[in-house]
Amino acid sequence: MISVSQLTKVYGQTLAVDHISFEVAQGQIVGFLGPNGAGKSTTLRMLTCYLPPTSGGASVDGLDIFHQSEQVRSILGYLPENVPLYTEMKVHEYLDFRGRLRRMDRSTRRRRMGYVMDRCWLKSVEHKTIGHLSKGYRQRVGLADALLHDPKVLILDEPTVGLDPTQIRETRKLIADLGGDHTLLLSTHILPEVEAVCGRVIVISGGKIVAQGSPDELRNSRKMSARVLVECRGPAREVEQALARVSGVGGVELLDGQSDHSMVTAALRPKEGYDIREEVARTIIQHGWPLREIRLEHATLEEFFVQGTANQAMGRA
Amino acid sequence: MSRSIVIARRELSSYFYSPIAYVAMALFLLVAGFLFWRDFQPGKPVAMRTIFDWMVWLLVFIVPVLCMGLLAQEWATGTIETLMTAPVGETEVVLGKFLGSLGFFVVLLIPTLVYVGMLALYGRPDYGPIFSGYLGVVLVGGLFIAIGLFCSSWTKSQVVAAVAAAAILFTLTIAPWWAGQQTALPTFWRNVVDQGVFTRYTDFSKGVLDLGNILFFLVATGVFLFVTIKVLESRRWK
Repeated sequence: MISVSQLTKVYGQTLAVDHISFEVAQGQIVGFLGPNGAGKSTTLRMLTCYLPPTSGGASVDGLDIFHQSEQVRSILGYLPENVPLYTEMKVHEYLDFRGRLRRMDRSTRRRRMGYVMDRCWLKSVEHKTIGHLSKGYRQRVGLADALLHDPKVLILDEPTVGLDPTQIRETRKLIADLGGDHTLLLSTHILPEVEAVCGRVIVISGGKIVAQGSPDELRNSRKMSARVLVECRGPAREVEQALARVSGVGGVELLDGQSDHSMVTAALRPKEGYDIREEVARTIIQHGWPLREIRLEHATLEEFFVQGTANQAMGRA
Repeated sequence: MSRSIVIARRELSSYFYSPIAYVAMALFLLVAGFLFWRDFQPGKPVAMRTIFDWMVWLLVFIVPVLCMGLLAQEWATGTIETLMTAPVGETEVVLGKFLGSLGFFVVLLIPTLVYVGMLALYGRPDYGPIFSGYLGVVLVGGLFIAIGLFCSSWTKSQVVAAVAAAAILFTLTIAPWWAGQQTALPTFWRNVVDQGVFTRYTDFSKGVLDLGNILFFLVATGVFLFVTIKVLESRRWK
């Protein structure tokens, strides 16, 4: 449904998006994940024909974003970052204006406005001025606008920023419901969001795609092995050396070690196929260091995110 | 074109949400009323010359305020992004904004028709100059709005837009008029000064419909609208 190839955007001297390529199949919900400034919004702005690419191209439903811009825009629904709206207008006036702009006839407009206001919980504020609404409601007005013309493809730039936890949950549910009928590409830097709603994740950092796959695939990738956290009282350096000698331990990292005989927290990376917990506990006790905690920690997507983007940053430095 | 109308309607109605528009309207009617009162005296000609001539001066200050937000506000709040990602073209947006403002300007003029009624009630006015005067005011208003819209297109700041527009309008209107008052003006400069908006406009208020003048205003308006469209498109080359 969305096909991106070698898409690149240069602002002056800055390379914002660096030859990225990916595909989104029909009905998929794809999360576009990355830290701030990674090039997410720029990519989405190119896909929605707001900015032209410096080189490379993309198509939406077979239509080229540069040469068939108007057709592309008519099948796209877009929620820009920060949800810009005409604050002096009332909610229903705004949606009516957007509907007219999209050349929807009166009866279609009325039907779709009723539907999207229902879907986005806007019925109660229909006659209120947008400028007087809370951030959460404005976000929903933006979402309602993006859905108004029943677009084949929905592109949402950070759809849950500024919402309270209940609204976030409801919005995610709405997004999940929309998948299937619509193809969705949403950007976020919030990981649970991706894990909650997206069938596929594209991790972007420094304008490049650093990983893609389903949330499970990313979690299970080799880089993402579990780690064991150990907290004990002992001399930091000795503890580190002793733990490194335990069979099956691939690496030791001190997270929080101070001077001698204070608390040490270490993260151990086991070699593949090893459960090192018992051996680690025995070693610590043999040395007479009081053991406070030992815990196996499964990798989260968050770690992957931090790792992937950190590696990227190091690679560039 | 239909999308331009949609945008024009939104723009026109949004004026009525903003206090600036009401202030401009009050100021305009106050000054127009005062000018008319000076003309509307026993023994004076049954005409609206004074009000028409002064109106142009007034527009130099009012139009920049009316137009400053047209695009600058879209840039500042980011609504330009929602607007341009809907299936509309730059030309449709610029024409829509222009027509919306022109519509508001016409609304501003409508109450002054009362003066025509009063003239008709108490005397026998010559409708020719009144008609040509109104035509001239609308043409000048259109040009000024196009300039205001242009100034609003390349900045996020409404203040910058208003000041820039006022400066351009001053240069095109008041400065040439003032220079024209100087008797010792070389012929070359005299010819330049005669191209000023005010000089061209006074023909209309005298009741002279000159095709050259009409074309001058239409073409100049078109040029500024065209440049504005290009400015809006220019975000694509950055």
